[in-house]
Amino acid sequence: MMITAKNLSKRYGRALALDNLSFTIEPGEAVALWGANGAGKTTTLRCLLGVQGFEGELRVNGIDVAQNSKAARASIGYVPQEARFYDMPVLETLHFYARLKKASAARVGAVLEQVQLTAHQNKRVSMLSGGMKQRLALAAALLSDPPILVLDEPTANLDVQAQRDFIQTVQALNQSGKTIVFSSHRLDEVIALGSRVLVLSEGRLLLECAPPELASKLGLHRWLRIWVAAQHKEPTLRLLNEQGYTFMPNGRSVYVQVSLGGKIAPLRSLEQASIPVEDFDLIEGEMSPLEGNHD
Amino acid sequence: MIDFANVGAITLKELRDALRNRWFIVFTVAFAVLALALSALTQNSGSLTRTVSYSRTAASLINLVMLFVPLISLTLGSANLVGDRETGALFYLLAQPVSRVEVLLGKYLGLAGALLATLTLGFGAAGAALALQGSLQDAGSYLFSVVLAYLLALAMLSLGFLMSALARRTTAALGGALFLWLLLVFIGDLGVMGASVAMRLPIETVFAVVVVNPLQMFKIASILTIQASLEVLGPAGMYAADQFGGLLLPLLLSGLVLWIVIPLAAALSLFARQEKFIVKRSAPA
Repeated sequence: MMITAKNLSKRYGRALALDNLSFTIEPGEAVALWGANGAGKTTTLRCLLGVQGFEGELRVNGIDVAQNSKAARASIGYVPQEARFYDMPVLETLHFYARLKKASAARVGAVLEQVQLTAHQNKRVSMLSGGMKQRLALAAALLSDPPILVLDEPTANLDVQAQRDFIQTVQALNQSGKTIVFSSHRLDEVIALGSRVLVLSEGRLLLECAPPELASKLGLHRWLRIWVAAQHKEPTLRLLNEQGYTFMPNGRSVYVQVSLGGKIAPLRSLEQASIPVEDFDLIEGEMSPLEGNHD
Repeated sequence: MIDFANVGAITLKELRDALRNRWFIVFTVAFAVLALALSALTQNSGSLTRTVSYSRTAASLINLVMLFVPLISLTLGSANLVGDRETGALFYLLAQPVSRVEVLLGKYLGLAGALLATLTLGFGAAGAALALQGSLQDAGSYLFSVVLAYLLALAMLSLGFLMSALARRTTAALGGALFLWLLLVFIGDLGVMGASVAMRLPIETVFAVVVVNPLQMFKIASILTIQASLEVLGPAGMYAADQFGGLLLPLLLSGLVLWIVIPLAAALSLFARQEKFIVKRSAPA
């Protein structure tokens, strides 16, 4: 087994974030963690990284995470929802993380090429777009060529094209033999990337299934994802609320639950209110009801 | 087990960050210019012997160090960990194959290197000016004063890191650092003086209270170094000289080293154990 979790539990004060969670992941699998906010997805990923304490047993690549979290992290490349780098040039950033991961300097050029950031290597990280930052995070994750990639909602803040590019890159990595563990709210992403889904609810494993079965097993809905500029976000949320939509802000975008024949209606409402839409995407089978937001 | 290659990588990054930090550059230039100006001004009294003139320059530099060095060391240290935690950079760093001890040591050593470089530049400029005027009577004692300033900077940096480990927000850490600076620089000196008069404290109590303050340790050790007499400090200085004799300087040096080690060890202990130091803002999903 590449990852084994037995009776994993984690408390934040009185709140139980993980409740005797057990699962195994085989080498080369791409396993999605699915669940509403507070289900325990991010906590599970943080436990895998060994950056917080937990009860129970957790082994990553044969290493006991509780005993030697640093060695466990050496087997993992981590891509967060929004990587927060120090504000250095791209090349310097990768050399810094390469030293920490004991990767050769030659790997820096190779991973830059792999994620197509070579042309931007002298830019400061603060000058990169969201999509480029995620590609940089993926490049940093690949520096030591780790057997496992842990991705925490890696496309949540990306536009449609950047999402597709990112997923294609990760698919290729999975096909090359890497084990992928990722959390997601997007069914299309789970179907495209995952070979298995672990559905979490209140820190427990609710269901384990193949990605195509997820929508029917959970009774999921159709969602329209709309991107608006930061200054238009508040008016957008107000309008959607006034018109009685079920919606969920997520980073730079808003998810709006739509019916089969009403996909265009929220876009028309925004147009009538003179709120420019930067981009949109239709997502089949997102989980419902959604709790809170991911900002 | 500590991987010193990781510590080194983080140290180098912090050094580079400090060199790019606008406030740090302003401090470095201001300290060097003031040190140079003080050495020039105190040399211009023609009636003084070169020895007296050198002592005046050294005393002026001591006062400059006591004001500037704690301020920059405390603020740089206190903003470091908590600042990285607020931006989320600390969590991402800790998600790499590094230990928290390596992270904190690397950060401390990087900032320490930057601070010591600043002091070396300031003291170096002043020392060069003194040497050119032929007033650098005792290069050994001058260098020892520089070492004392290094120890003070490291002690204040340790206290800054402790603040950073304790605080949840950068503003709180910086506020705490400024309060501590005021406490040590002004209240620790004038306050003790006032209290000793008002409360008629016995001299040994006054000395004990004064000597707990690392700034006063630095001051007394520096005065001992440049003129080997504590008469300038009044009864408390006379008492210290009588009571401890030749042991006073080693005791003061040990005290400064303890002020480096204890707060840093406390910061390490807090940072290594508490989860709040890595989790940014919202509760995890």
